[in-house]
Amino acid sequence: MAKNKKNSRSMSRRDFMKGFGSGVVGGSIMLQTLHAAPPPTTGTFKDESNRVELTLKVNGKLVQTKITPHTTLIELIRDKLALTGTKVVCNHGECGACTVLLDGRAVYSCHMLALDAHGKEVITVEGLMQGEELHPLQEAFIEKDGMQCGFCTPGQIMAAQGLLNEHPHPNREQILKGMSGNICRCSAYPKIADSVVAAAKK
Amino acid sequence: MASDKIIKSRFFFEDEVEEKLAEVPTEEPDSWQADEKLAKVGKPYSRIDGYDKVSGTARYAFDMHLPNMAQAKTLRCPLAHARIKGIDTRKAEKLSGVLAVLTHRNTPEIKWYGTSFLFDTHLRYEGDEVACVIAETESIAEQAIKLINVDYEELDHVVDAKEAMQDSAPKLYDSGNIRNGEPGTYSRGEVEKGFAQADTVIEDTYRTQIAIHNPTEVHCSVVNWDGDRLTVWDSTQGIFRVRDGVANSLNIPLNSVRVIKKYMGGGFGSKLEAGKYTVMAALAAKQIGRPVRITLDRKEMNLAVGNRPDSVQTLKGGVKKDGTLTALFHHSYGAIGAHPSNAQCSWPLKSMYKCDNVKVEEYSVYINAGRARPFRAPGHVQGFFALESLLDDLAEKINMDPLEFRLKNYADKDQVYNIPYTSKVLREAYQKGADAIGWQNRSEKPGSGRGPVKRGIGMSSQIWWGGGGPPAYATLKLNRDGTLRVIAGTQDIGTGTYTFMAQVAAEALELPMEKVEVILGDTAVAPYCGASGGSTTAPSVSPAVRNAAENMKAKLISGAAAHLEVPESQLTYQKGMVNHKTNTDKSIAIDQLVREMGEQVMVSIGKRGANPEGYMINTFGAQFADVQVDTETGKIRVNKIVAAHDIGRVLNVKTLENQMHGGVIQGLSFALMEERVIDRYTGKVVTFNMHDYKMPTIMDMPDIEMFIVSGGDPKISSTGVKGVGEPAMIPTPAAIANAVYNAIGVRIKQLPMTPDKVLNALYR
Repeated sequence: MAKNKKNSRSMSRRDFMKGFGSGVVGGSIMLQTLHAAPPPTTGTFKDESNRVELTLKVNGKLVQTKITPHTTLIELIRDKLALTGTKVVCNHGECGACTVLLDGRAVYSCHMLALDAHGKEVITVEGLMQGEELHPLQEAFIEKDGMQCGFCTPGQIMAAQGLLNEHPHPNREQILKGMSGNICRCSAYPKIADSVVAAAKK
Repeated sequence: MASDKIIKSRFFFEDEVEEKLAEVPTEEPDSWQADEKLAKVGKPYSRIDGYDKVSGTARYAFDMHLPNMAQAKTLRCPLAHARIKGIDTRKAEKLSGVLAVLTHRNTPEIKWYGTSFLFDTHLRYEGDEVACVIAETESIAEQAIKLINVDYEELDHVVDAKEAMQDSAPKLYDSGNIRNGEPGTYSRGEVEKGFAQADTVIEDTYRTQIAIHNPTEVHCSVVNWDGDRLTVWDSTQGIFRVRDGVANSLNIPLNSVRVIKKYMGGGFGSKLEAGKYTVMAALAAKQIGRPVRITLDRKEMNLAVGNRPDSVQTLKGGVKKDGTLTALFHHSYGAIGAHPSNAQCSWPLKSMYKCDNVKVEEYSVYINAGRARPFRAPGHVQGFFALESLLDDLAEKINMDPLEFRLKNYADKDQVYNIPYTSKVLREAYQKGADAIGWQNRSEKPGSGRGPVKRGIGMSSQIWWGGGGPPAYATLKLNRDGTLRVIAGTQDIGTGTYTFMAQVAAEALELPMEKVEVILGDTAVAPYCGASGGSTTAPSVSPAVRNAAENMKAKLISGAAAHLEVPESQLTYQKGMVNHKTNTDKSIAIDQLVREMGEQVMVSIGKRGANPEGYMINTFGAQFADVQVDTETGKIRVNKIVAAHDIGRVLNVKTLENQMHGGVIQGLSFALMEERVIDRYTGKVVTFNMHDYKMPTIMDMPDIEMFIVSGGDPKISSTGVKGVGEPAMIPTPAAIANAVYNAIGVRIKQLPMTPDKVLNALYR
């Protein structure tokens, strides 16, 4: 490539990059400062929140636990049960990444309280598996490449399962409507649709 | 093997030339020829990381959980422009479960953005970092943030680029609101003379909006110290950039910082640098002696981690009756937010078409809002919308078919550097695209369709770089059972990097795909590759993998020669075997050879070769849109997009098609839906969630037909690959805009083309 850019004065984003992260002003003081920092401001942490009992089935297993009443279903699933397949993206019921099945129906787990799942059965993406074996729906998503970065994929798959529970032989319109509550920012939509079509045929 | 050499490597990363010293091989295998039939490369293999993604076992930085891990949240400035007069964190610190509160008062002054700091007391936008709370749980950290009492001195703000350019506007910096105090300029030929030669001249102004990346995985890190060694799990497009940024900020050696990214939930350009949040978490983790996880929420994503700058572009074009472009002029300004970035968008006009007289003046303007970052084809998406709108209007003025007009001004060499392209297969793209969309059936009289729902067809060209270049390295490890591991310091950001790297290695060593595993995204174990941006990953990394495979073959032949006691020249490598050319008894399988050599693994290193001197490497393409516009509701529906592109060799047609779909739909979204809106009186962002910031769903997807018109480009590298991520999106908004004009006969000069703008254009 030619090196000279004639008559050109272009602004560079990297002028900024050069100045960025260029170290501590006034020398290396930080780590020493931090080693010498006062101990953490609190002593023993005792969570004194009110807790209530909750019983539900998650992926076929009975879960009996105590939670604070404001715990959302996604918080229970990810933080308490450590099932991190289900993702949080908007945390406001706008994108569908946290979709799980509640008694077979697709719901946004960020948008409901865990208590509202009391006595019910929750299936997450992990619960579709038979051990290490993929569910045919999951296989269809691989085969048809219904993903890019993969972060919304568990939600897409659970929405698809909810759709297939409702319409075992969906037409195209039902597929599009059934999947329209799940945003894929990579926009793998055409192949997500193909995946659901393929799964419906299995 | 001849020793390798160091060269000065220059290539475009995003819209800027990067210059780096790079080690390159002196000997390379013959490049795969343009139409060479390959066994694995190009084939539609399913993603090798597909299992992890569909099963939920893929662990993103967001999912990392370490024993005894604390959680961090950031307090951000609620005002558009302010100074911190005082800050009282005592109440927050006393809340049970709070472990530490970081502010400018108890942290070192770490430089950021050149003239600012990690915690600056001059807060230049809604979302600027004020404090960071570390607590036992996210919920406690969030509560504690509300207990921090900050005494803000509210300052006058400006959130519009045009207003910010006025002398009377509130200043973000003492030196003024125009970055560098002057516009970026470019010229060639004599633009006034060019306009004088024209039979028709059109001047018009086009506007594009600010768009937010909004990747699904929020920016987040998990950090852990082992003594003075720091491990960072980060959601990033550039592990080595994060390593360097974090190490420099903390003033610790590079080998003390390890950055890991196995999976990441989208970036689109917003994750190309080290984030303040990572450094805050590292400082806190050191202080409390525990691992720390820090995550942004969706509102922070919409305020503080990047956007595509807006643009107000005034273009002037001159054309002769025969269709020859005589002159092009571009004047633009765009808002880059509160810290240095760049709003240039003139590259399409400078480089797409043959034109001898060109002049450009473009301003990047500071406003009190989050800083811009590269966003999928920075500048080009905006620039093509304006350029291609102008071109269609010029064509109509001289009664020429828009496609014929573009062919008339087809550039046979690079217009800015005046050097040849390594390859350009755009005529074929025009032809394929036009045939597939039914260009010949296009109404020549815009707006002449009958009934309230009118249909139109339009098109746009596309140029981007995406040639990549050195440095990029890959390591291969051949195990003694004949399985292979490919290791490289690049990252798969959802594009299929894991899979194509396995394909290239499997191709070169003639191994089954199942025998190849790929490790990416770890600065501690992988050789250097650049950040994943600028559509450079595949073109930079794939030749390094092939080079490593060829080096492995050479080693295997050398090893077999020693073992079999025959000259190397009599041996050849085929499908996991080293064979004697004439004596069939003298052959050995590679797994056996590795064992005979007493090795557990055999290692080879590969390097990306140099780009050819004196050539420009570009991708090209054309997209054609078929839309319908409801003239009663103003709603635009995109029926179909045909995307025909020259992107060099296809590595994997399945993941390529997926990326093409993604680019087209993000382009559609930019054309019709998404826009960050700031209330100018308060300076606050009002579209900070995924409901108000409109993005497409599966219901909005058009029918998309893809044609790849190119084979491999043997001049570039041993694999002949160019990038595709950004080219896929560049022409879509412009093609839709031209189709809308063709449908309704009124030009909409501002994106996004929401129903209100359509109705205003039609009936005002």
